[in-house]
Amino acid sequence: MTYVRPTFRHPDLPKNKIDFTKKDYEGALSTLCAGCGHDSISGAIIQACFELAIEPHRIAKLSGIGCSSKTPAYFLGNSHGFNSVHGRMPSVATGAYLANRDLVYFGVSGDGDSASIGMGQFVHAIRRNLNMVYLVMNNGCYGLTKGQDSATADNGSKSKAGSTNMFNAIDLVGLGLELGATFVARSFSGDKAQLIPLIKAAIKHPGFALIDVISPCVTFNNNVGSTKSYDYVREHIDATSTVDFVPIMEEITANYEDSKEITLHDGSALQLQKLHQGWNPEDRLSAMTALQNAKEKGEILTGLVYIEPNTNALHDVLQTTKTPLNTLKEDLLCPGIDALEALNESLR
Amino acid sequence: MEPTNVHDPEYYHKVVDCQYACPAHTPVPEYIRLIAAEKYTEAYMVNWESNVFPGVLGRTCDRPCEPACRRGRVDEEPVAICRLKRVAADNKGDITHLLPKIPTKGNGKRIALIGAGPASLTVARDLAPLGYEIHVFDEQIKGGGMMRSQIPSFRLPETVLDEEVNNILNLGIHQHFKTYVSSLKSVLDDGYDAVFIGTGAPRGRDLSNLPGRAEGAANIHIGIEWLASVAFEHTKKIGKKVIVLGGGNTAMDCCRTSRRLGGEEVKVVVRSPFSEMRASPWEKEDAMHEDIPILDNHVPISFVSENGQLKGMTFEKVHAVYDEKGKRSLVPTGEPHVFIEADDVLVAIGQENYFPWIERDLGIEFDKWEMPNVNSTTFQSTNEKVFFGGDAALGPKNVITAVAQGHSAAVSIDLYCQGKPLDVRPDPFTNLVSQKMGIHEWSYDSIVADDDRFVVPQAAKAVTLSDRKKEVELGFDKLVGFKEAERCLNCDVQTVFTENRCIECDACMDICPTDCITFTVNGTEEDLRTRLKAPSLHLNQDLLVSNTLAATGRVMVKDEDVCLHCGLCAERCPTSAWDMQKFFYNTTKAHHGCSH
Repeated sequence: MTYVRPTFRHPDLPKNKIDFTKKDYEGALSTLCAGCGHDSISGAIIQACFELAIEPHRIAKLSGIGCSSKTPAYFLGNSHGFNSVHGRMPSVATGAYLANRDLVYFGVSGDGDSASIGMGQFVHAIRRNLNMVYLVMNNGCYGLTKGQDSATADNGSKSKAGSTNMFNAIDLVGLGLELGATFVARSFSGDKAQLIPLIKAAIKHPGFALIDVISPCVTFNNNVGSTKSYDYVREHIDATSTVDFVPIMEEITANYEDSKEITLHDGSALQLQKLHQGWNPEDRLSAMTALQNAKEKGEILTGLVYIEPNTNALHDVLQTTKTPLNTLKEDLLCPGIDALEALNESLR
Repeated sequence: MEPTNVHDPEYYHKVVDCQYACPAHTPVPEYIRLIAAEKYTEAYMVNWESNVFPGVLGRTCDRPCEPACRRGRVDEEPVAICRLKRVAADNKGDITHLLPKIPTKGNGKRIALIGAGPASLTVARDLAPLGYEIHVFDEQIKGGGMMRSQIPSFRLPETVLDEEVNNILNLGIHQHFKTYVSSLKSVLDDGYDAVFIGTGAPRGRDLSNLPGRAEGAANIHIGIEWLASVAFEHTKKIGKKVIVLGGGNTAMDCCRTSRRLGGEEVKVVVRSPFSEMRASPWEKEDAMHEDIPILDNHVPISFVSENGQLKGMTFEKVHAVYDEKGKRSLVPTGEPHVFIEADDVLVAIGQENYFPWIERDLGIEFDKWEMPNVNSTTFQSTNEKVFFGGDAALGPKNVITAVAQGHSAAVSIDLYCQGKPLDVRPDPFTNLVSQKMGIHEWSYDSIVADDDRFVVPQAAKAVTLSDRKKEVELGFDKLVGFKEAERCLNCDVQTVFTENRCIECDACMDICPTDCITFTVNGTEEDLRTRLKAPSLHLNQDLLVSNTLAATGRVMVKDEDVCLHCGLCAERCPTSAWDMQKFFYNTTKAHHGCSH
């Protein structure tokens, strides 16, 4: 066994605003199959967090079970992590988010974890608008159990063993739009130029941000006839627009006719170019139409699909305290007899 | 950029920084791996084949390989390549059966070698196994040239030198020692098929015009002449107070030798700033370790004698000033002159070529500096029978350069004697073989060791200063030698990319610990270097550029600069588009009978 990552890094690695290099956002060496799309997504997450200059200890990684849910071990090694029960990551995320709204919650799930066993949890997390990134590493198969079709496998897609899937796929992006998710995007593990800005925008989004990332399973679902293989996706990909993330205070450079700029909640912006005709990212109906049109044409629509930049996340809806519970001191938690009296009085 | 032509052997050769920087292109990682495997004899023979004097060079080489070592770009210090060579030499077994066999029947050609230094001995080693009758001439009593006369025994024990010189002389070489050649014409008249001149740079520079030079003459010595005199035991002592003039390695050898011959207050005095001295940093350190101060920025003004007895020297203090082109001038500081006492002064301010014994009507052209016009590839002079090598050819350099030039001259002499054109040089021997053994298994040790460079232990100063012949450096023992060998990054195990297998999954790009690999749209080199994953600052390090990739139309660009050759790109590649393949490069040599 010679699979050991050297400790040396490039001597001239750039540093971000808080003086960290990309090394500070790395995790352990991946044990997934060589060439797994999930590793590429991990690389994109590392790059996005490095570029946003988030302090690693301000991030909590959450996952369920599956190849996808192993990946939090392979990125952000200096961040908090919770590897939960299969399909139950949204519950843990809900609890963590309610307890401490100040952290960045980064949920990682898979097509089995979200579209089958965890579907009930997934839809309620959307409905409640948790302020989190919910990234699905979607390979259309159960890689850990030798590649059976998952619920996101397309009707007609061929497995490595040669059998054809006879059921319709659950489209997580369509579902997200339907259920009122406030940030919906799809991407491809082989397109970091698109994926990294989407992750950055999703982190900055103040509500539930769903990114469905098609992530080919090189071992069980990269064969001819599969609709989730590297080749098939590359041949059928169609982007709503190009995506650039522009940090706060940075000037937007290009301005073309078919472009759009969306200012995010914190003042940073998304610069979209080469917009799809008739598509308005801030209009749910046009997003749904674009998605359906692409589906009819047999295309895989990627990029930002829908965004509602200013949204009320769960804490805003519940009007809960802005202070993380772990920093609430006794004087606030136990305000004394007078406060109790006043409360009781108000209820009489 | 155009796709890189990896079929040109020089591409992968250049990736092996140490080997590429070595004038003789010794396959460094190859022998370092053999040392790690405790195959010292084999490691020695890889060296012997390439640089002829592994034991000598493992102690004294100028080591151009080490500043080039890739490890020095990712770690604080390069691999101790030179001293690992010594580990191989110190621990080797019997090699006599591995030395080339001399054909019982010669090829009828006779070659004369003038001078028995490293260049000539290399020519002898390369040509003797081919059946040439080799005659070597030297004025000294033994072979070795400057390795014997100028390198002190406390750096290079005589036994080590004798062994390696004799390995060559025993190849049936006709030896003419204690024979000063005073006329090249007479040698040519003897009917040799070719003559090789490897007489070095035998004349030390003097300060003839400095005031007081003549009066103090009895106690003013030329550095290299004095070292030779010590080596051949004509000189056995020196005064208590010694000034050594000069900042090169000869000056370091002079001052350290003085300490062993009775010099108690030995000082090195040099015109230039300390940082710009020619001496290797480790030789300066060794001198200072022996309580020898180095006074820089002191320009000699005069020798001072009283009643015919040298008393010392005066110096003017200067500082270095640089113009906008970086040209240095030494400007006096205006401080009063400094007087330094001395019983003896050693002048080690450089050495030069000297050819009074070559008649100027033999068809050998000399330039205005009295240097022969020598072709820097073939080492042939303007007299087609006469070849030059070593310091005699292109001016003073070092032993490893002399060896490299000897190899080239031997190829030329061999071609010349067969009536073939000299400018059509035989190709180097190259080989490229996959190292894959299994999913995570390579046939080389791909794990990158974290160790810092190990320090070579030295004998106690009290012992070494009292015995001129006691070797100062003790060398690495086997265990430390192994650990130091493990620091080698195996740069000869190349990252070979086959684009038509690549599915562009990004696995290699994500895993690479030093961010060497980028997939991007093609552009000019200047443009590409700005768009790589990590800064690309060393422009002399090549970019490996693939053909256009089918799926996305991008190219794979790998900056060779700080690749650790850890093999992770190949381990994470699902389609074996990346493979780790060992590249072996052996420079062209005249002889073929050598085993390696």
